[in-house]
Amino acid sequence: MRWGRRTTAVRTNPDMTPMIDVTFQLVIFFMLTMNFSQEDQTELIRLPSSEIAKPPDQPVETPITLQVTAKGNVIFGGRQMPMANLERELLREKQLLESIPGKSASRATIIIRADGRAQIGQVQDAIAICQKLDFQHFVLRAKQEKKVLKPEGA
Amino acid sequence: MKRAGRSEQTQRIELNMTPMIDVVFQLLIFFMLSLKLLAPEGDFHIRMPKAAPAEGQPDPTQLPPIKVRLTADRNGNLRGIQMAEKPLRSLEQLRNEVLALVCDERGPKPEAAKTEIDFDCDYHLRYSYVVEAMTAVSGYVDKNDRIVKVIEKIKFTRRQKE
Repeated sequence: MRWGRRTTAVRTNPDMTPMIDVTFQLVIFFMLTMNFSQEDQTELIRLPSSEIAKPPDQPVETPITLQVTAKGNVIFGGRQMPMANLERELLREKQLLESIPGKSASRATIIIRADGRAQIGQVQDAIAICQKLDFQHFVLRAKQEKKVLKPEGA
Repeated sequence: MKRAGRSEQTQRIELNMTPMIDVVFQLLIFFMLSLKLLAPEGDFHIRMPKAAPAEGQPDPTQLPPIKVRLTADRNGNLRGIQMAEKPLRSLEQLRNEVLALVCDERGPKPEAAKTEIDFDCDYHLRYSYVVEAMTAVSGYVDKNDRIVKVIEKIKFTRRQKE
């Protein structure tokens, strides 16, 4: 019966350290590259690209994002609506903003994310509605991508 | 002696790594699936005051704005460019004209910061062309891949829908 012991399988202990090292590196990489702050971007908007558009050095004060679709509708507060309804929704936002001490429409920044296929007149209509409600600071957002356009001799 | 020697040996504790590896793999798969590589986004600041400044009190340091007119064809594509009434062939030419005005061989002149561009675009012109035109006038990327901002004051003249 003692001979039976010799036939049992040998238990091996592989060194798991390198695998765990690599896996942790990958987890950290994916954690850092994840960007939750851009989750308000929708698939409906295809931003135009520009090589000059510079990501802001510091976060803008009281940002309000307004998205203009290719068909000229507006996405505001996660809801898509025709341009005609924007004033009512924005007024509600303004009232909410002004109920907070130190905040006002004139200090807020409207970030406009418009689709490249939208008409410039529609973007200007959205700006005019914001101006009517005392919003003064506007930022037009574009995707930062290299283009071929280069000045002569630069 | 043999007994004493054996009891002094340190005992090797074997940790059960399986649950940790399970959790780590779950995390890895979650982050891999939710990864979305996006191009960074940048901003163009535009100046859109609610009303024009009161007449009779013009700012003496402010230069008159350079008018850039962009016209569109029926489909909203860019048809023509004019800078201060002068027709231009392309956005590259627009950039060169603006750079000739506000830059010298060393870079932007001090008056570049005071210069303002006023875009007057057809209502149905596609927004992407306007962004291209803004890119052309507001700066360039130099040989060292640095962004050189030339004109930062941009405004729009509003046109009614035709």
